[in-house]
Amino acid sequence: MTKQKRAAAIDRTLLQHALIDSFRKLDPRVQIHNPVMFVVYVGSIFTTILFVHSLVGQGEARPAFIFGVCLWLWITVLFANFAEAVAEWRGKAQAEALRKTRQEVHAKRLREPRVDAPFEMVPSSQLHRNDVVLVKETELIPADGEVVLGVASVDESSITGESAPVIRESGGDRSAVTGGTRVLSDWLIIRVTSEPGETFLDMMIAMVEGAKRQKTPNEIALNVLLASLTIIFLVVTATLLPYSAYSVMQAGHGSTVTITTLIALLVCLAPTTIGALLSAIGIAGMNRLSQANVVAMSGRAVEAAGDIDVLLLDKTGTITLGDRQATQFIPAAGVTVEELADAAQLSSLADETPEGRSIVVLAKQLYNLRGRDIRRLGASFVPFSARTRMSGVDFPEHQVRKGATEAIEAFVKSHGGVLPEAVKTTVAELSRGGATPLVVADGAKVLGVICLKDVVKGGIRERFAQLRRMGIKTVMITGDNPMTAAAIAAEAGVDDFLAEATPEAKLALIRDYQKEGHLVAMTGDGTNDAPALAQADVAVAMNTGTQAAKEAGNMVDLDSNPTKLLEIVQIGKQTLITRGALTTFSIANDVSKYFAIIPAAFVSTYPVLGRLNVMRLATPESAILSAVIFNAIIIVLLIPLALRGVKYTPLPASELLKRHLLIYGLGGLVVPFVGIKVIDLLLCFLHLA
Amino acid sequence: MTANDVLQIVFYLAVLLILVKPLGWYMARVYEGKPVGLDRVLGPLERLIYRLCDLDPQKEVGWKRYAMGALAFNAMGFAFLYLLQRVQGSLPLNPEHLAAVKTHTAFNTAVSFITNTNWQSYGGETTMSYLTQMLGMTVQNFVSAATAMAVLIAMIRGFVRRNSETIGNFWVDMTRSVLYILLPVSILWAVALMSQGVVQTYSSYPKTSLIEPVKGADGKMITEQTLAVGPAASQIAIKQLGTNGGGFFNANSAHPFENPTPLSNFLEVLAILMLPAALCYTFGKMVGDVRQGWAVLAAMVVIFGGMLALCWYSEQQSPPWMAQLGVDTTAGNMEGKEVRFGIANSALWATATTCASNGSVNSMHDSFTPLGGLVPMLLIQLGEVVFGGVGSGLYGMLVFAIIAVFIAGLMVGRTPEYLGKKIEAFEIKMAAIAILIPVIVILIGAGAAVMIPAARASTANPGAHGFSEILYAFSSAAGNNGSAFAGLSADTPFYNVSLGLTMLIGRYWVLIPALAIGGSLARKTIVPTSAGTLPTHGPLFVGLLVVVVLIIGALSFIPALALGPIVEHLLMFQ
Repeated sequence: MTKQKRAAAIDRTLLQHALIDSFRKLDPRVQIHNPVMFVVYVGSIFTTILFVHSLVGQGEARPAFIFGVCLWLWITVLFANFAEAVAEWRGKAQAEALRKTRQEVHAKRLREPRVDAPFEMVPSSQLHRNDVVLVKETELIPADGEVVLGVASVDESSITGESAPVIRESGGDRSAVTGGTRVLSDWLIIRVTSEPGETFLDMMIAMVEGAKRQKTPNEIALNVLLASLTIIFLVVTATLLPYSAYSVMQAGHGSTVTITTLIALLVCLAPTTIGALLSAIGIAGMNRLSQANVVAMSGRAVEAAGDIDVLLLDKTGTITLGDRQATQFIPAAGVTVEELADAAQLSSLADETPEGRSIVVLAKQLYNLRGRDIRRLGASFVPFSARTRMSGVDFPEHQVRKGATEAIEAFVKSHGGVLPEAVKTTVAELSRGGATPLVVADGAKVLGVICLKDVVKGGIRERFAQLRRMGIKTVMITGDNPMTAAAIAAEAGVDDFLAEATPEAKLALIRDYQKEGHLVAMTGDGTNDAPALAQADVAVAMNTGTQAAKEAGNMVDLDSNPTKLLEIVQIGKQTLITRGALTTFSIANDVSKYFAIIPAAFVSTYPVLGRLNVMRLATPESAILSAVIFNAIIIVLLIPLALRGVKYTPLPASELLKRHLLIYGLGGLVVPFVGIKVIDLLLCFLHLA
Repeated sequence: MTANDVLQIVFYLAVLLILVKPLGWYMARVYEGKPVGLDRVLGPLERLIYRLCDLDPQKEVGWKRYAMGALAFNAMGFAFLYLLQRVQGSLPLNPEHLAAVKTHTAFNTAVSFITNTNWQSYGGETTMSYLTQMLGMTVQNFVSAATAMAVLIAMIRGFVRRNSETIGNFWVDMTRSVLYILLPVSILWAVALMSQGVVQTYSSYPKTSLIEPVKGADGKMITEQTLAVGPAASQIAIKQLGTNGGGFFNANSAHPFENPTPLSNFLEVLAILMLPAALCYTFGKMVGDVRQGWAVLAAMVVIFGGMLALCWYSEQQSPPWMAQLGVDTTAGNMEGKEVRFGIANSALWATATTCASNGSVNSMHDSFTPLGGLVPMLLIQLGEVVFGGVGSGLYGMLVFAIIAVFIAGLMVGRTPEYLGKKIEAFEIKMAAIAILIPVIVILIGAGAAVMIPAARASTANPGAHGFSEILYAFSSAAGNNGSAFAGLSADTPFYNVSLGLTMLIGRYWVLIPALAIGGSLARKTIVPTSAGTLPTHGPLFVGLLVVVVLIIGALSFIPALALGPIVEHLLMFQ
């Protein structure tokens, strides 16, 4: 089977399931949760009774007409159920795929965290918090946990969809592992951090299945509005009965409007389009989020994401590539740049830090200096230590060092040299510009300065400009000193920065913004991010992050990609826009329905009202039926839009409003005129009315 | 449509809009407790009132206690006004010896005046003594308007404040409204109207002999006419300014002693919209962004302009039967209109008095062409938010603004907010109640009336027009307007009671939710504006607000209107 065919097959089974569910949801206990659709539901039951009545006794209208209205009202209810069911089943399909990864595996539970410690085989469902397990090459990790010992490459594609393996090691920010992922090489000793049934995977499955979905505050408010509109229309249609009776009495001819017509009018007027699709929109929003590999702990967080107007972004990894890179060699007086580059490269050949590697690469790029084997040169490598704050190589007769200015100054002094003033100036200049200067010395002689710089990611500036247009302020968080921070902030185009950030300072910053009424989003991975994550309105924890960070956040990004926040904001906005667009569309639709139904309902009493039949619908019955059918069909036609969401373009609010009002407001006004007319023509053509 | 007509209306609108800023600025200062000049003269009086009432003007309360204050105050007004009508026969200033008012009429009238409706199921000159008119009607004309102004200001404070539990002091807001705004302007207007010949006297009704005696119904010649007079000018000034509309005389401002000249007509119709328009500026000023006020005002002016054009145009058409009777129809439909005002000024007044919840008339709406009459009716049904009552119109419009930002605001991808305040379930619930309840009482009230034979019998005309009369009556009561398709004989127990209840519901089921919204908003923090915020001051928002007001009104009432004025129009101009 090709991939497409398989997708189609899945789609078919999904639709089948959804179809069955549409009928299952006819249970009144389910219907009552959606006030708008409940009215349609009751209307359907009513017309069914009227239909039976018309068959056995004297009906108020032709049985065929009542049957037509009745049938389409039931279809309207089913379509609404179907929309919700499709959204739910798509979530379930995703959950199913996830569940497959949650196989029962047997884990080696260790007595103590040593590789050679004795172990017993335990099923993964019986692992508890703080149990220690050993996972070897090609084995599945049995539960969420933290690596306490070992380094291994792990295939996390079952969770993230990313096929490249990732490194997991003890200590630091890459220590968290997820149950259901596979160790590809080496081994890990893992301390389990979750109880059975509460693992990350369980949470994710519950989330995408919609089992724990609650209505968001905005959904509740919208429901109130929709219910109120429905009540108004209920009264509008109910009072038409006495009005009509009075008019018949006064005009002396015609007949009072039928209950069937009034129910049809009520259903057409009630905001059924949005009422039917509202919960599907919410579920689909969550699904889109999980497709983006983000797990949200609540729908509320997704909604808040649309409202975010301050983004706190960690500099490292988000704004810059993460590691400082050598960008320039600046020789001291009397030293050629090649000499400096050569010494710099020598001192870094065995330096495995990213900075060291970047120096070797730069020397090769600029001056075509090849890497050499320092052992063959008879030299030995001196690694960086926090005490000396230098690294370099020792040759038999001389020592080359690179390091922080003060450290090198002391080193040079001990060899009887001095740090030239010109070098000091260069160092100061570089620092001011946000770069990190490394001074290189050979014994007593200072050769010059290597300029290390944080390299801002390509395209990030444009993204921030986009955010600014959307009205979102970006704030860079960094541990750098204010000068360095300011330079990078300017280069990246963020609106503000917090330098020398401590966890307390981050927390205070978030609180300050919130006090001013802002809604703040941030990402974080470390344990020290946890307080700030807990305080932020939208807090995305990296999946690679520590357990504390994951627990404090209200979303987890499985890809551990800090720029994901931008996508999350978009998904949040998209969900809200879709909701608003369909509400507007639904209300705008009503105008045309009046033109279809009002003349039809009263033309027997006042034939002149036929002049309001601007669509020239064939008969009163066909007019009413066409409106009802349009009302039902539009729900199905809009299901894809509800599931996919209205396309979001980052634009200022006024532009967005203009565009959407035009499409969904004006469109909602015009479309049904055409639609109802077409259905009416079809009905006549098929001799159904 | 003559150039003169156009000029008059343009002049009217120009003067109205020019007054908005100075008057609105002045009112904002009054409510913010800043010096306004008048406080140097009236300040001691204000403080004396507080001392006499044992009131601490600094003490503020939350929305619930504020609402209780307003309700208690209005309830006392009701009790007083009801009793006054019932015992007026034994009280002074009753030169015509008018007897006690019937219970159901007195109930209806008391409700009508405390709710700023001024629906009158009685004829003033034949029912109410001078004392009742002055101590009862006129006082309520002031304080019912002041009540709504106070509520509006409290609601505005909800937008202005952050994390606040209180929204002001009802008694202070009410006192300042009367003392610094309504009273001074009324005095100005009363004097101006008197200069035009509006009567102001305590004397009994003089008799005068007719120049052309006419034969009465009983065959006897009538040679004498009784002229109803009274302290009218003082009441008419506030009746117009406070969007009350209850006439001193039965014919209201069509009566030559209430509205004798074109200038008096101009002043009176200006007074209808003056304060509601200026309050928009006050709103903008108080929320710290006058553009917000102008935007709301612009939405009002747009609807007003469109409706005025429709009414004016319709009244220039005359029904075909008029020409068939040999009536000169060149001026348009002059039935029920005063010749001294003509079509333009009658249409202007009808549109102004119904878009504001004033309800005074200078022509008979019942005699308008079907579409001409639809305009006043629809304007009332829109919820009296196009200018609307003093205070009440703007708080109603702000409720619509909340609904508008809620529906459209979502389309910018943020949860809705208005003036930096998040609009959430509670606000929507309250806004929905404020819009829903009046609509429901109108529709159900009219539905009940057409089902009850006695109520049906009150209509003067058969057919669709009779239905319009009933629908208009309930709309007018729920919208606290007070004007009528006067063909309906409403001084019956059914209408007096049902319309009385309708007025109460129409007033307080908007007033209380408005305060609740204010109270809830005051507790919230203000979200700072950014490019992602829905702008609520531009033409786009104005258009949106207009559409939301029109569409909610239209969706609620088109079926009913189709069986009234619309079908009547189609029948008349077949």
